[in-house]
Amino acid sequence: MNVVVCVKQIPDPAVPGTLNPDTKTLDRSGKLIMDDSDNYGVEMALQLAGGDGDEVTLVSMAPGGETSGLRTGLAMGAARAILVSDDALAGSDALGTAKVLAAAIGRANPDLVVMATESTDGYTGTLPVQVAELMGLPSVTFAKAISVDGGNLKVERQTESGYDEVVCPMPAVVTVTAGVVEPRYPSFKGIMAAKSKPVDNLTVADLGLDASQVGAAGARQEITDVSAAEERTSGEIVVDEGDGAQRVVAFLEQLKVV
Amino acid sequence: MAIDKVWVLAEEADGAPTPVTLELLTEARAVASTVEVVAWGPDVAGLAGPLGDYGATTVYDVGDLDGALPGVPVAGAVATLIESGNAPDAILLPATYEGRDVAGRLSAKLDRPVLTNVTGLVESDGGLASQHPVFGGSHIVTARFTGTGPAIFVIRAKSFAAEPAGGGAASVVPASVPELASTNTAKVVERHVEERSGPKLDEAAVVVSGGRGLGEASNYALIEELAKLLHGAAGASRAIVDAGWVPYSHQVGQTGKTVKPTVYVACGISGATQHLVGMKGSKNIVAINKDSEAPIFSVADLGIVGDVHKVLPALIEALKAKA
Repeated sequence: MNVVVCVKQIPDPAVPGTLNPDTKTLDRSGKLIMDDSDNYGVEMALQLAGGDGDEVTLVSMAPGGETSGLRTGLAMGAARAILVSDDALAGSDALGTAKVLAAAIGRANPDLVVMATESTDGYTGTLPVQVAELMGLPSVTFAKAISVDGGNLKVERQTESGYDEVVCPMPAVVTVTAGVVEPRYPSFKGIMAAKSKPVDNLTVADLGLDASQVGAAGARQEITDVSAAEERTSGEIVVDEGDGAQRVVAFLEQLKVV
Repeated sequence: MAIDKVWVLAEEADGAPTPVTLELLTEARAVASTVEVVAWGPDVAGLAGPLGDYGATTVYDVGDLDGALPGVPVAGAVATLIESGNAPDAILLPATYEGRDVAGRLSAKLDRPVLTNVTGLVESDGGLASQHPVFGGSHIVTARFTGTGPAIFVIRAKSFAAEPAGGGAASVVPASVPELASTNTAKVVERHVEERSGPKLDEAAVVVSGGRGLGEASNYALIEELAKLLHGAAGASRAIVDAGWVPYSHQVGQTGKTVKPTVYVACGISGATQHLVGMKGSKNIVAINKDSEAPIFSVADLGIVGDVHKVLPALIEALKAKA
C-alpha cells in the first residue's frame, strides 16, 4: 500500500508571526519546521503502512527548496519525499496550493492520502477536500481512528454529537485531528537515515501546471487591510495566598453564576 | 445593500436549524436583499418555517443523502444550481465539519477560491469583504475576492447574533444531486451519539477549560467536576488535545471551537494566541495559572496567580459546601 502524507513546513509557531507589509501575507522567510499538526498524519500513515512493500511518501510545497521539516518526517520513518518548490508559487491561495499538491500526490500513485485537518499557520482547513475533489477521490475529514479492511477504509469521524463509522473505498483522502495517535520521536538511527533518503525536487513546469494558475498570479483573493483589534483589558490579578478559591467564588457570586 | 443575493448553507439538529445557521441567516439579511438557503436531510420542508422566520425566501432541498457524507453531494447540487444560471453573489457556510467539506468541494468544482475563518462581513466596492482575526485576535485582516463568480465565505460560529425577521415560511424547491461517480463513495454505516451530561461546549453559559498546567491527564477530572458544579461545559487547550488527554471535541481555540460564555474559567492555560482567539469574546474570564507572566492574564477579569493543584480542589470544595 502506498500512503502519501502531506506535510507543511511552517515558521516556528512559538515565534511571534509577522505580516509582509507589501503583500500583507505571513512572512515565511525564516527557518521552517514541520507543522506539529502533521506529526499525527505521519504517525498514522506509518502505522497503516507497516507491511511488506508498503511505503509512506511525504509531499510538501515550500519556498527555497526547504527540506528541514521533511527530514523530520523522514526520520520518523517515511521512505521518501516529493518537494515542490518554485518562485512562481509565492502568494498561492489554498486552491492554488491544492492544484500543486494534487499534481504532486498523483505522482506517488497513492492508495491513501493522509493530511492534518488544518495547518497551524494558515488554518484554512479546506485544502484536503480541495485536493480530493481535484483528484476525483472520496474524502473523510476529522478522522479519530482509521483502519484498512481489504480495499476499504473504516474511519471513525468526529461529529457534533459523537462520531460516525464511515466506510470508504480506496484510494481516498483522510484528514486526522491532533492527538489521535501518539507520534513517535525520531531515533538517532532514523535521523541519520533521513539524511540520505530521496527527496524529489519538482517545479511548477515539472508538474505540467500553468504558472498563471498558481502563486500570486493565480490567487483570486487579496488582503485589503490589516488593523489592530479592540484590546480586551485585564482586570484584577492577585497572587494566591490560600484565598484564591474564595476570590473565584466571590467573583462567580457577583455574576450570579452561583 | 451590499449585494443582491446570498445563499446560506443550513444545517439541522434535532429537527431545527442549528444556532450557527440562524446567525448566518441574520447576517445574510444585513448584506443582501435576497436570502436563500441550501439544506439537506429527510425533512427539509419541516425547516421552511424557522428558516423563513430568519429571512430565507427559498430553500433548495437537496433531500436525503442516504448515508453519504454531505460534502460531495451537497456541493454537487449547489454547483448544478449555479450552472443552471441561478448564481448568488455570495455563499455563506458555517465553519462546521460539514460546512468546511461542502466549501472545499465547491471551491474546486467552481474553480473559485474560498475565504475561511471569517468573523465579520463588510461592504467593499459594491461587493463583500470578510474580516479574519489573526495572531490570536490581536489584529483583524480584511480580505476580498477578485475575479468573477460567487464569493465563498466559511464563517465561524458566534460571529453574529441571531435575530428573527418574522418572515413567512420559505418556499421549498427541490435541488438535484448530479452523477458524482467515485468521489461520492464514503458512506456512514453507523452513528454513535456520545452521552453528554451538561450543556454543549459552544452553547454553555459557563465553560471551564484545562491546559498543560494540570500536569497530567487524570487531573482533567477536576475540570469536569468544576464544570458540572457550575452547570457548564468542559473545554481544553490545544496542548492537552495534542497530547491525547482529551478528545478534539473539547478543544477551544483557533483549531477548535469558539466560545462566548458568560464566564470562562481557564485553569493551567498559558494563553497561546491559538487559544485566546477562541475564548477572548467571553463576557467574563477567570484565569488560574502559576506563571504571573502568562498571556492569559492579559485578558482575564479575575486572575489568580497560583497552583491549579491547590486552587481547583479548594474551589470545588467551596462550591460543594455552598450547594
